[in-house]
Amino acid sequence: MRYLPLTPEDRQAMLAKVGATSIDELFVDVPAEARLSAPIEGLPFHKPEMLVERELTRMANRNMAAGQYPFFIGAGAYRHHVPASVDHLIQRGEFLTSYTPYQPEIAQGTLQYLFEFQTQVARLLGMDVANASMYDGSTAMTEAIFMARRITRRGTTRISAGVHPQYISAAQTLCRFTGDKLVIGEPDLAGGNPGDDIARLIAGIDSDTSAVIVQNPNIFGHVADLSELAAAAHASGALLIVVVTEIVSLGAIRSPGEMGADIVVGEGQSLGVGLQFGGPHLGLFACNQKHVRQMPGRLCGETLDADGRRGFVLTLSTREQHIRREKATSNICTNSGLMSLAFTIHMTLLGEKGLRHLAELNHARACETADKLAAIPGVKLLTQRFFNEFAIEIPVPARQAVRDMAEMGVLGGVSAARLYPGHPEMDRVLILAVTETVSAADIDALVRALSEVVSK
Amino acid sequence: MSMMNQGRPSAPGAVAPAHLAPTVTGNKALMLEEPLIFENGSVDVTGVDLEAVPAHKSRLAGLERSAPIGLPGLAEGEAVRHYTRLSRQNYGIDLGLFPLGSCTMKHNPRLNEKMARLPGFGDVHPLQPQDTVQGAFELIHRLAHWLKTLTNMPAVAMTPKAGAHGELCGILAIRAALEARGDARKVVLVPESAHGTNPATAAFCGYEVESIPANARGRVDTDALIARLGPDVAAVMITNPNTCGLFEPDMKRISDAVHAAGAYVYCDGANFNAIVGRVRPGDLGVDAMHINLHKTFSTPHGGGGPGSGPVVFSEALAPYAPIPFVVEEEAAPGIRGADNRRFHLIEEETANAEHHENSFGRLSAFHGQMGMFVRALAYIESHGADGLRQVAEDAVLNANYILRSLDDVMSAPFGASGPCMHEALFDDSYLKDSGITTLDVAKAMIDEGFHPMTMYFPLVVHGAMLIEPTETESRGRLDQFIEAMRALAAAAKSGDTTRFATAPHFAPRSRLDETRAARTPILAWKPATDERQAAE
Repeated sequence: MRYLPLTPEDRQAMLAKVGATSIDELFVDVPAEARLSAPIEGLPFHKPEMLVERELTRMANRNMAAGQYPFFIGAGAYRHHVPASVDHLIQRGEFLTSYTPYQPEIAQGTLQYLFEFQTQVARLLGMDVANASMYDGSTAMTEAIFMARRITRRGTTRISAGVHPQYISAAQTLCRFTGDKLVIGEPDLAGGNPGDDIARLIAGIDSDTSAVIVQNPNIFGHVADLSELAAAAHASGALLIVVVTEIVSLGAIRSPGEMGADIVVGEGQSLGVGLQFGGPHLGLFACNQKHVRQMPGRLCGETLDADGRRGFVLTLSTREQHIRREKATSNICTNSGLMSLAFTIHMTLLGEKGLRHLAELNHARACETADKLAAIPGVKLLTQRFFNEFAIEIPVPARQAVRDMAEMGVLGGVSAARLYPGHPEMDRVLILAVTETVSAADIDALVRALSEVVSK
Repeated sequence: MSMMNQGRPSAPGAVAPAHLAPTVTGNKALMLEEPLIFENGSVDVTGVDLEAVPAHKSRLAGLERSAPIGLPGLAEGEAVRHYTRLSRQNYGIDLGLFPLGSCTMKHNPRLNEKMARLPGFGDVHPLQPQDTVQGAFELIHRLAHWLKTLTNMPAVAMTPKAGAHGELCGILAIRAALEARGDARKVVLVPESAHGTNPATAAFCGYEVESIPANARGRVDTDALIARLGPDVAAVMITNPNTCGLFEPDMKRISDAVHAAGAYVYCDGANFNAIVGRVRPGDLGVDAMHINLHKTFSTPHGGGGPGSGPVVFSEALAPYAPIPFVVEEEAAPGIRGADNRRFHLIEEETANAEHHENSFGRLSAFHGQMGMFVRALAYIESHGADGLRQVAEDAVLNANYILRSLDDVMSAPFGASGPCMHEALFDDSYLKDSGITTLDVAKAMIDEGFHPMTMYFPLVVHGAMLIEPTETESRGRLDQFIEAMRALAAAAKSGDTTRFATAPHFAPRSRLDETRAARTPILAWKPATDERQAAE
């Protein structure tokens, strides 16, 4: 076995040292009836590297890789170009094979990039403080609901219809057990901006409302001004939680913090991480200074060493499970450390100048695509104010349209029906994302494929 | 490398670079100081070239971000240098032994990294039409089969994102099963030696947590546990092998008693690496157990994440497992060959129609940590059933070798109760009256070129030092480590406190002031002018 360095002679000598005659003697505490005397039956034995590679490559080749086709899928995970140096750097063994920085004197590399990451995320989101990452955007949103309850001591959270349905689904799972009440908006396709229910959210805020949650841009791509909602929430003593699933949008649109958000959660996968079939992704979590002690997750802070030099440590850990056990703010332990490194490297390569350019490029490509699709007879653009994602209505079932386009070699968006089971009004709605990776030829291929599909 | 100082004197005085005159730049030979990007970057610099933006009419209607954001950039070469310099201030398994108990820092095979980066795995969207991701489903299904077979459990939830998320998954399934029979139990029992995530998870799910004491042999006090069972107890969370590095010999008896009392057994599988291929938790009466793919199956820890924590379930809990999950379709007659196997996903839309209406719901968006699944499967297929069994045996042998090579000069509180499993536990009684603490020993280990062991955990022994070497360390590496630990024990005994009190002496930083960090938290960089204004 190429990964196991002990030789049979080593094992004999080491057994002698520990006073055992066989390895079985070291498993003496296992009850006899549960001891396995041989490798488990029905499973293959060890394989050379080449054969493992061959078998996994076979499986990988069964999938349509996004980069090989015109690709327009978003809905919470976005395909952006990641500079080659990002992946090179995150594979340095000192980053890849290190642990949570519990020994800060020999983990300043991890701690400094976390400090830089926290600062970048806070600035992007327009907030005071960001943590050192969560699992993903959806789990971060559920944690935000609980954090708001701890701050306001109120029991109801009102969630916009424009929040990603799988994020809502994940929150519902936990809230069913914790007793947190969720009031969830119904998506409305009319009015030119699907999922835009801000007026209804404002009307619904009451004295038991702990928080209002909106996603911006929302699941249909609609971008909203949240300032009035923030003011209404604050007037009633409630918090505004904003979800951002496409972080690149913040190079073009006003940040949640500038619009009055109290907690911002997000999915950072767009920068550095890639699609990964949904994971690992990168949960972002930010708030304002006054609420930081109610935050979940790890935080990195600046301090000095015994010689007076600047250094960084994990801090405020009295919020966390390894210190507070059942009284912790969350049970979270592992975060998305390596993904936050990928994010922060990509962000540093872009800089503000590059980020703004990237965002503008995304927006321009999306505008062009929307115009061309809307020109197809029978296709209607539903989202009027968007960044790089929008919804269209088509004259045929979108689920089948997506499959038909895939057959033609075009990955042409997500059918809203898949995200909204039990909502027949979504059957003919298609959600498309357009990033900088989309070429003019890709847009033409999409227009051709959709034209053919809708004319069937 | 700056930290690998084995083979040169590491007592202060012999070499003391930290106390030499400072250099003009702050850099010393290959030890390079690096400022923050906010200090050496510029908002006008970018390291990425992008296509020109075509003319378009903005659809943002007055929501444009106009105020400065404050995100500095670096040209590519400078960015590569920045992160490379930072990386050199880190310790990792690639540099040396990383005996962090309970964390399983084993070698991370690079094949696994290569496989996870195949475009067919890394560049695939979770919401692509299911026909276009059959290979991804096949991989998940294959890994699920391995996990079920290795544990002898009939079902597995693949979506939990880390160990603690897996605990949440297991406890939610238990709660759903109890609610399904109209049983509103309120209490979860957790041994005092448990990881902090166990009580935090139970409390997160709305349970009251009660602690069960350990006995003098470092195991759960079985009689106390069984005596506490009753109609209010929903579940018992047991770590096996436990956090003292010991197998719980009464596990089956405990499971039987828990089941007889109408409750469920949750097993924290963080230490599954010690028994994989030698013991199947399903044979011990476990109802739910998470498996940390980043521990047992070697997906890299990456400085704190990502993890992945699939949960195996017993028959009793399987109906409540979360969505989504992958199922294989029956093969059409006459169709053969691996590439013709068909899979689909059970999600919100299809759960009811496919008889999974009791699922407790979804834990997160999408389908789990695919990148970790690929790495774990590459690891598992490389080892095979025989190699995985050898993994457990070598991990246990290495830990016992350390235990018996050090227990004459350090103090092993449970050393007399027989062999340990994959990790060796010491306490600080051998340091009694020396003025030296567990923390001091840990910092002195850094000067010897090793990452310290886990300190002050588990809580059931005083000044705990938990050493987990893992199976990927050679006998030579272990001997070098043992020699260093014996030398430190001898130095402590001889009253050489200076070697400890100010350690580490050779790391990129000396001891960091954690109290200062917590008292006045600085959690984001601010320009110095702001600080001056704030002070005024």
